[in-house]
Amino acid sequence: MSTLREVRVGQSCTVTRLAGVGAIKRRIMDMGLTKGTEVLVHKVAPLGDPIEVTVRGYELTLRKDEAECIEVEGIH
Amino acid sequence: MGDKINIALAGNPNCGKTTLFNELTGSNGYVGNWPGVTVEKKQADWKADRNVSFVDLPGIYSLSPYSPEEVVSRDYVINERPDAVINLIDVTNLERNLYLTTQVLEAGRPVVVGLNMCDLLKERGDVIDSAKISSMLGVPVIEVSALRNTRVDELVKAAIDAGKSGSVSSGAKCFSPEVEDVLGEIAEALAGKCVPELVRWYSIKVFERDAEAIKPLGLSAAELATLEELIRAIEEDRDDDSESIITSDRYDWIATVMDACVKKAPKKLTTSQKIDRVVTNRVLGLPIFAVVMVLVYYIAISTIGTAWTDWVNDNLFSDGFFLSGQSQAAFDEAKEEWSSNHYDDQIDGYIAAAEKAGVDTEGVADAIAAEDPSEEDEAAIASFQEAAKKAKVVATDVPVHDEDGNFVDTDDEAITKETSGGEPELEEGQELQVIDRVDAADFAAALEGKAAEPDEHDFGSFVDSIPTAATNALDAAGASDLVKGLVVDGIIGGVGSVLGFIPQIFVLFVMLCFLEDCGYMSRVAFVMDRVFRRFGLSGKSFIPVIVSSGCGVPGVLATRTIENERDRRMTAMLTTMIPCSAKLPIIALVMGVLAGGSDMWWVAPMFYFMGIVAIIVSAIILKKTKPFQGEPVPFVMELPDYHFPSIRSWALHVWERVASYVKKAGTIIFAAAVGIWFLSNFGVAGWDGGDGAFGFLSGMEAVPENYMDYSILAGVGGALGWIFLPLGFGNWQATAASISALIAKENLVSTFGVLYGLGDATENSVSMWQGFAGMFTLDGTLHVGAMCAFVAFNMLCAPCFAAMGTIRRQMNSAAWTTFAIAFECVFGWVIGLFINQFYELVVFGSFGVWTVVAFALLAAMLFQLFRPMPKWDAKDEKILSKLTEDVAKS
Repeated sequence: MSTLREVRVGQSCTVTRLAGVGAIKRRIMDMGLTKGTEVLVHKVAPLGDPIEVTVRGYELTLRKDEAECIEVEGIH
Repeated sequence: MGDKINIALAGNPNCGKTTLFNELTGSNGYVGNWPGVTVEKKQADWKADRNVSFVDLPGIYSLSPYSPEEVVSRDYVINERPDAVINLIDVTNLERNLYLTTQVLEAGRPVVVGLNMCDLLKERGDVIDSAKISSMLGVPVIEVSALRNTRVDELVKAAIDAGKSGSVSSGAKCFSPEVEDVLGEIAEALAGKCVPELVRWYSIKVFERDAEAIKPLGLSAAELATLEELIRAIEEDRDDDSESIITSDRYDWIATVMDACVKKAPKKLTTSQKIDRVVTNRVLGLPIFAVVMVLVYYIAISTIGTAWTDWVNDNLFSDGFFLSGQSQAAFDEAKEEWSSNHYDDQIDGYIAAAEKAGVDTEGVADAIAAEDPSEEDEAAIASFQEAAKKAKVVATDVPVHDEDGNFVDTDDEAITKETSGGEPELEEGQELQVIDRVDAADFAAALEGKAAEPDEHDFGSFVDSIPTAATNALDAAGASDLVKGLVVDGIIGGVGSVLGFIPQIFVLFVMLCFLEDCGYMSRVAFVMDRVFRRFGLSGKSFIPVIVSSGCGVPGVLATRTIENERDRRMTAMLTTMIPCSAKLPIIALVMGVLAGGSDMWWVAPMFYFMGIVAIIVSAIILKKTKPFQGEPVPFVMELPDYHFPSIRSWALHVWERVASYVKKAGTIIFAAAVGIWFLSNFGVAGWDGGDGAFGFLSGMEAVPENYMDYSILAGVGGALGWIFLPLGFGNWQATAASISALIAKENLVSTFGVLYGLGDATENSVSMWQGFAGMFTLDGTLHVGAMCAFVAFNMLCAPCFAAMGTIRRQMNSAAWTTFAIAFECVFGWVIGLFINQFYELVVFGSFGVWTVVAFALLAAMLFQLFRPMPKWDAKDEKILSKLTEDVAKS
């Protein structure tokens, strides 16, 4: 199973599952990263972390540690 | 309905809610914080009808129980029951905005939805069917433009109508059928336990296991266990937890709304995306950020802001000013010519020579210095002149001094080295500048010349400073010295310290509000997060620290842009540890003592370095303590589109910030300044010729120049001095100077001048360096450790009252403010202890109880620094674990 952390810049994928609990998980979902959502990894910050993704038509940034909680499939 | 109608404004961050609020209310708003948290609370009446008032809820993405903003918003809607809720939606981001809407609809209040920024959507070529949305949501939906003020009144009227008719929104049926079934069963169980309109809200909360929210229901363990089984079944079926099921279902339902109501045009790269390609670019991101920071710092701290603040401080509150540049230039020229004659040096030299020649010089210097010479003074001067003339006194090679009271060489450069006897030490090739010869005629000429010191008032268009004008007015009214002192030094001094900062704060916020409103601030966090996360702070903490190196007051205020409450509090606490511009004179003083003014460039950077290290160390230590503990804050953040803020909201934003500083911080600074004035001017007249009574010292008989020695401040200094003994500076002067530095850090230097009778000596005067060094000299040895400990303490301990008042305003809690200031003082003390004790140990080999204490504290600090993060109480355990136990038991 791969996670969003492993997706490279310019690639897209589909969310399959969210690991983790509590505030972080809820926050990620509140921002629209739910099961079946299409995500495009847009860029990486100058210092290598966090990353910027496009989801549901807007730009969202999250840390790589948080991206690790998001299981994805269909990377292309 | 004669009562006031309350309407809450809810919406995502950056949906134009603040613009709408400003448009509706003008600038009559009240900005405060919600009780207990530093989340901003704005309240104001409608311009068109004062019976309608709005509450601007914080911008949120969800009504989840995890951030203070969200908790505050949902508590307001659920507990305060506003008459109606306007939910503003940014249609360019419809999907995510509707997510909050689905939650607001369940809150059991009449809801009206405003679709904002439809014009932008049309530019993109998308088409939206608002009637369809309205029918799907079950509430009125109105297309508005907050920026252009179109159909805004219609939106409010719809909200008022909805509020009056009490047509409560029943919530969209947005969950999958099996979830709706369970919610229905929960609703049945809840019947009678809450008001009917909130049954759906509480049903969902029970389903989500939100312990905090369902507390008021008072469900028994047995009831919960029955419901828990239903929830379990669904969770197993969907292989997910209940909270996620709810969230997923909401978004899935929103997807159907989107399909039905929005036709999207093919995507193009927007301007915002184009800008962002450059600004947060992997290569250019950091340089651009550095340039922006330098610009903010340069404009607010080094140039415009400071120039303006200095102008206010120097002219309005100190010397007065000329309205015309011509008069100023004429005055400057006259003044320079006057100083170049060195009248004072001629007079002093002649008197000294006379004394050598055996002429009686007692009281002459005082008589000359007297501001209003009495007849006796004049007689004393005349008889001295007579006697000196008879004795044929001629002074030769009289050395001249500059404005700081230092000797000057023939190149007009100040000589910064003196022997302990006060003789100048010349370097090779350097020659002392002297006046060759002063005789009786020169002396008489010098007396006349000195008296003819150019007066600003003779040059036209001169305006007195406020203190001077006030003194003159009080003189004219025949006020006593006590009243004059209180008004001029206490009150005007205190108010001045508040007002003096306003220009700087204004300029700073013009820029910060722009960066915030245009969307760059979230990019700052994106670019800098990696660095600051290591110390437990967010990327946005960088801006307050940078600004604080100019002045702590705007620095603390700049923490407003940090969303997370813990980070905001921590940054406000620590940011003043960086040396601000008022601390520079103290650094100059140390440089003078250590290096005699020669170029020791590394001393000043050392103090900045110390400040940065102190912030980092404190942040790591505090992060592991109870008040700052907690789950790591998710950094899942929207990067909003760039847009140019409307001038109107930009101006209002700046105004809000500045006005709230003046109101909240002003009162505390004012009170503190008057308090310190009282401490340093009142005391017991215990000197020779004093009557031993308590009172206003400088108004008493035979008051000596060093009357401060008899003040309450001196007493307090003496009483508290023992605290600083382990730091090597237990004398009362050092303590008293530290206290008076709380008014403004640069006061440390001038208080030393007063306490050591050095008069007008400045931080650049050799006499001041010697006085300062003398305080740390024991048995002829300068204890550099004690001196550095003293300076370190003053750099790190509580900032000036202006900054403390700002911290108070920012924290919005007396307890937090006390904690912040106590932490700063203790931390400064500990660092001072380290410096002094370890220096003594290494250089003098002295080892004592305090050395042991220092080592123990160092060990404790290192332990706290490097131990792993302690386990925090998981906030989200809620009833889950308890329920598991209950179910297991049954």
